[in-house]
Amino acid sequence: MTTIYIMWLRQVKRYLRSKSRIIGSLGQPILYLFALGYGLGQVFARAGQGNYIEFLAPGIIGMSVLFTSMFNGVEMIWDRQFGFLKETLVAPVSRFNIMLGRVLGGATVATLQGLIVFVLSFAAGFRLQMHNPVLYFFLAIVFMFLIALLFTALGTAIASMLTDFQGFQLIMSFVIMPTYFLSGAIFPLVGLPKLMSFITRIDPLTYGVDGLRGALTASNHFALSLDFSILVILSLIILSAGSYLFSKIQI
Amino acid sequence: MINVSNLIKKFGDFTAVDNISFNVDKGEIFAFLGPNGAGKSTTIKMLTTLLDPTSGKIEINGHSPQINKHEVRNSFGIVFQDPSLDDELTAYENMHFHAVLYKVPNTGLKERIKQLMEFVELWDKKDVLVKNFSGGMKRRLEIARSFLHHPKIIFLDEPTLGLDPQTRNHMWGYIQDLNKKEQTTVFFTTHYMEEADRVADRIAIIDQGRIVARGTADELKTQTGTQSLEDAFLQLTGHAIREEEASGADRMRGAFMRRGGRN
Ligand SMILES: Nc1ncnc2c1ncn2[C@@H]1O[C@H](COP(=O)(O)OP(=O)(O)O)[C@@H](O)[C@H]1O
Ligand SMILES: [Mg+2]
Repeated sequence: MTTIYIMWLRQVKRYLRSKSRIIGSLGQPILYLFALGYGLGQVFARAGQGNYIEFLAPGIIGMSVLFTSMFNGVEMIWDRQFGFLKETLVAPVSRFNIMLGRVLGGATVATLQGLIVFVLSFAAGFRLQMHNPVLYFFLAIVFMFLIALLFTALGTAIASMLTDFQGFQLIMSFVIMPTYFLSGAIFPLVGLPKLMSFITRIDPLTYGVDGLRGALTASNHFALSLDFSILVILSLIILSAGSYLFSKIQI
Repeated sequence: MINVSNLIKKFGDFTAVDNISFNVDKGEIFAFLGPNGAGKSTTIKMLTTLLDPTSGKIEINGHSPQINKHEVRNSFGIVFQDPSLDDELTAYENMHFHAVLYKVPNTGLKERIKQLMEFVELWDKKDVLVKNFSGGMKRRLEIARSFLHHPKIIFLDEPTLGLDPQTRNHMWGYIQDLNKKEQTTVFFTTHYMEEADRVADRIAIIDQGRIVARGTADELKTQTGTQSLEDAFLQLTGHAIREEEASGADRMRGAFMRRGGRN
């Protein structure tokens, strides 16, 4: 327990102390919210899809949670290169707890980042569409956290296999960006060509964004219970795989 | 306390540690000397559960680092060759983090951290983020940290690199003191021969993965007919300059030349 807590605390402290990183990582979601929101809003409305910013905001929240959590997971490569990882690896505690604390810390940080974007989306014209905002706000946090958990675990699992930064660009291009663009974060899931529809369905972020849409604007495509179950099950699978890989790390 | 027999570590075709055997008794200060790339750090990584050997047997405090990792990890403290502090945490937080990981009891913990940090003269900087520390300050903090949980064995991989003579002196004074009082076994590497000469009970010299000589400093001098440990070291390991950290290609070339040389 204490191991998990202290690893969690470390991740959160690092986040809260890097103000420039927090602000820097808000640039992209703001750009998407405003540029896409205003730029495509007309087209979206004309196509009979309704209010684009209402549709888009949950997607952008999902995107920032995705980026922050993957980055937090992959950050372990830094620890490996600059040494701190060794301090935890020789400690007489279970590696699973080290990894779990780390992942929970990263997921907490990514959820905070998602909340900041959520607040910012109001400036771009987003409004909640729920009768019971408090309840659904908590449901939204649950979905943010599940997205965060899944992708921090994934990032950590990938980082356990990499020894240097060279793989990082590959992850960016072949994991993070496709996950984002193919998740229905910026376009609706209805009326897609068959192949595209299939791809969106195997993208885990799809269910995260859909869950957020359900919680924030009651416009989910799948059942919320399905979104929830898929995210939980995938998180557990990735966490187990990740902890195996983490336990095998050699320096 | 440390028993190693026929230890081998290969990275692909390259043999970094080539069939070494040695033992270190409880309470002994043991120096592991060798030029860059000799295999010192690789050996320490195997002793401390970070790296699995290709073959051979290791016993640390009666346990195998491959099988009883937990018991082995409970037995030692370590200062790595490369920095291993969290830059975004303060000096005190780094110490506290270590204490929690090693389950150091809370009672008296603050006092113990204070005492150790005062010893390395960093107590007044306890709330400074480590990223603002100089290399020497980081080193001192790592040394203090490695003692925090009262380990039975302490591994020091070039601990005094980049420290001024005052701090080095001070540090060795403290380590020798602890070695006497708590019977802490000390296993260290260094490039400062006079340091090894002064503090080590016994010395092993490793070169290209093999132990080429062992004994007390005096025995090594007698063996080689030299006046100082430095001369003995140079005679045993040759005068050629070794690269600090070989690149992949260099490594392969080195391995190739070595093989060619032997045949
Ligand atoms: N992970 C690794 N993969 C391949 N070669 C390695 C690896 N780690 C160390 N080596 C090589 O093994 C040799 C011994 O390294 P090391 O133990 O760090 O030497 P020392 O600590 O004595 O300077 C060096 O030639 C080094 O380049
Ligand atoms: Mg070394």
